Amino acid sequence: MNFWIIQGLNGLAFGSLLFILAAGFSLIFGLMRVANLAHGAYFMLGAYVGLAALDAGLNFWLAVLAGAAVVGVLGGIVERLVLRRLSGKPLAQVLVTLGIAFIIADGCLWLWSGDPRPVPMPPGFEGVYRFGSVAFPKYRLFVVAVAVALAVALWLLLERSRLGAMIRAGVDDMDMARAMGIRTSLLFTTVFCLGSVLAGAGGVLAGPILSVYPGLDSDMLPLALVVVILGGAGSLTGAFIGSLIIGFIYSYGQALLPDLAYVILFLPMVLVLTLRPSGLLGRRLA
Amino acid sequence: MLKLTATVSLAALSVGFLIEAAQAQGQGPIKVGFMTVRSGALAAGGRQMEEGLQLCIDQRNGMMGGRKVEVVTADTAGQPALTKTKAQELVERDKVDVLIGPLAAFEALAIDDYIRQAKIPIISPSAAAEDLTQRKPNPWFVRAVGTSAQAHHPLAEYVAKELGYKKIAIIADDFAFGHEIAAGFQRVFEENGGKVVQKLWPPLNTADYGSYVTQLDPDVDAVFAAFAGGNGIKFLGQYKNYGSTKPVIGAMTTVDEGVLKSMGSEAVGVISSGWYSAAIQTPANTKFVEAIRAKYKADPGYYTVGAYMACEFLASAVDQLKGKVDDKDALIKALREVKISESPYGAVKIDELGQPLMDITIRKVEQKNGRLQNVVLKTYPAVSQFWTWKPEAFLKSAVYGRGNPEPIAR
Repeated sequence: MNFWIIQGLNGLAFGSLLFILAAGFSLIFGLMRVANLAHGAYFMLGAYVGLAALDAGLNFWLAVLAGAAVVGVLGGIVERLVLRRLSGKPLAQVLVTLGIAFIIADGCLWLWSGDPRPVPMPPGFEGVYRFGSVAFPKYRLFVVAVAVALAVALWLLLERSRLGAMIRAGVDDMDMARAMGIRTSLLFTTVFCLGSVLAGAGGVLAGPILSVYPGLDSDMLPLALVVVILGGAGSLTGAFIGSLIIGFIYSYGQALLPDLAYVILFLPMVLVLTLRPSGLLGRRLA
Repeated sequence: MLKLTATVSLAALSVGFLIEAAQAQGQGPIKVGFMTVRSGALAAGGRQMEEGLQLCIDQRNGMMGGRKVEVVTADTAGQPALTKTKAQELVERDKVDVLIGPLAAFEALAIDDYIRQAKIPIISPSAAAEDLTQRKPNPWFVRAVGTSAQAHHPLAEYVAKELGYKKIAIIADDFAFGHEIAAGFQRVFEENGGKVVQKLWPPLNTADYGSYVTQLDPDVDAVFAAFAGGNGIKFLGQYKNYGSTKPVIGAMTTVDEGVLKSMGSEAVGVISSGWYSAAIQTPANTKFVEAIRAKYKADPGYYTVGAYMACEFLASAVDQLKGKVDDKDALIKALREVKISESPYGAVKIDELGQPLMDITIRKVEQKNGRLQNVVLKTYPAVSQFWTWKPEAFLKSAVYGRGNPEPIAR
């Protein structure tokens, strides 16, 4: 019994991390039709910036803000200066984001050397909660709470605000949204910034669990891709459900079927792609 | 413009003649092709290798056997395919006399055939794959570090006999290095009456060790953790984070000085083994550690000392040949007969397959002088890659892998 509880909690916590990573990726994918392959690099850059902020003496929460801010600004610049010039050429855009991912990865290597670095827990979150014979790290439960709060906030933003209505309109039918007078150019920048902010903040929040090292970007990017393909691009609920499914498969799968540890995350993706190519909750993109 | 070009080519030509003339007298530089990693996930180890090599060359004022040494560095990016291209470039375009590198075992395996075909002596500063000096020995290969299991045979005996542990769970990176360390440990541990009750193989790029830490059998005496690169940091952090209290036994690289400097209280008390520790108290090692600390502000570890010793091997062989490295057969023969009486490792002697016998230390991580150090508990002198088995018997058993190691009859 303990096994199911603790691996369930593990899955929940890992799924929460994935949601923070994948929510922005999904929004960008859905609205701009661009698989932003730099998203993993943004996540890693956020983690490194957070670490630099901690080294400079700031506390953990300011470090999260710093990671989010730096990556958010970078995302805005990339969208304005690079992606914008390639609008209408999704293949070129995807390639450019891949190039940016390499540049960021080498930049991080150059700035912070290749030494893997742990990120200290924020004070008060060290240690475990004990429920009977089950012990579970406090910080992981905190990450779950953050993900739930973020999901609610994003849901309110998308469903209850004017900006959200515009984003949804853009995801559904870009041409029609434009015809209705929505300034899609501004919308793109906003969403790209928002997605980058989430990736940057997610990197710092994940630091105490994953630590920071060269290669973190390429470890996380496929996970974000799997979540979004599973859940459906552009769907917040899809990203949420996809993250949880992947989180649970990750933790139960690695424990129950250790020999399949490498492929286990990709099996459900293959299944979904075969049976429902637009993802569990995605709509067919125009 | 035409005149300028003519002058330049004339100058180039004459320089060319000069170099050839100098080489003919054996006075040109000895060219060392150095394969390291400057980009990607292995870049930290690559940088440490460069630091070790540079120190060795600086200490000799850039000279070996009376000739200048010129290092031609190539970045393999830690990718086997690229390693092969780079090795070819170094040998065929740069005409190097000897190769030092590469970093990873799969890179070394990728160039194995090429080395045999090109007949170029190569010194490994890091790659530990067992069979390179065992069942598939390459006559042009000599290793300046231990094999994967060489340090972990004695560790297993220490854990069984001196710590008295009976039941152990193993968690190790799921690639050759992890398999070989784990199997070598298991074979000796079980021969000494212990029992490995569980083995977990997390993929090399496991993002989160939470689901593995929580699978570890709570009834064991200790956990043996064999990780490379930054995975040791991730694992030990999560192990402590889940409130686990069973002692951790580490492989050499789990708490290597290269990553130990980034660790905290989670590493304190971890007992491991290695052919090196920055805390070995010999005059040769103290001098080496102080030199590295002064220059690079960090303790030397696995990669630093491996590259440093690869360079020392070369220097010793070149000195013996008085700088005449053009005869490749003589060079590899000299390299394989290197005897060094004092080094950061201690005394070094190489077996007939190109693998050094090494003093293996059992170390324990302690906080000392404001930093974490691998303090030496015990030394097993001159340990062979075959431990205490007869080489013939050892070589008849299958190479260490993920499955149970075959027992070897005494």
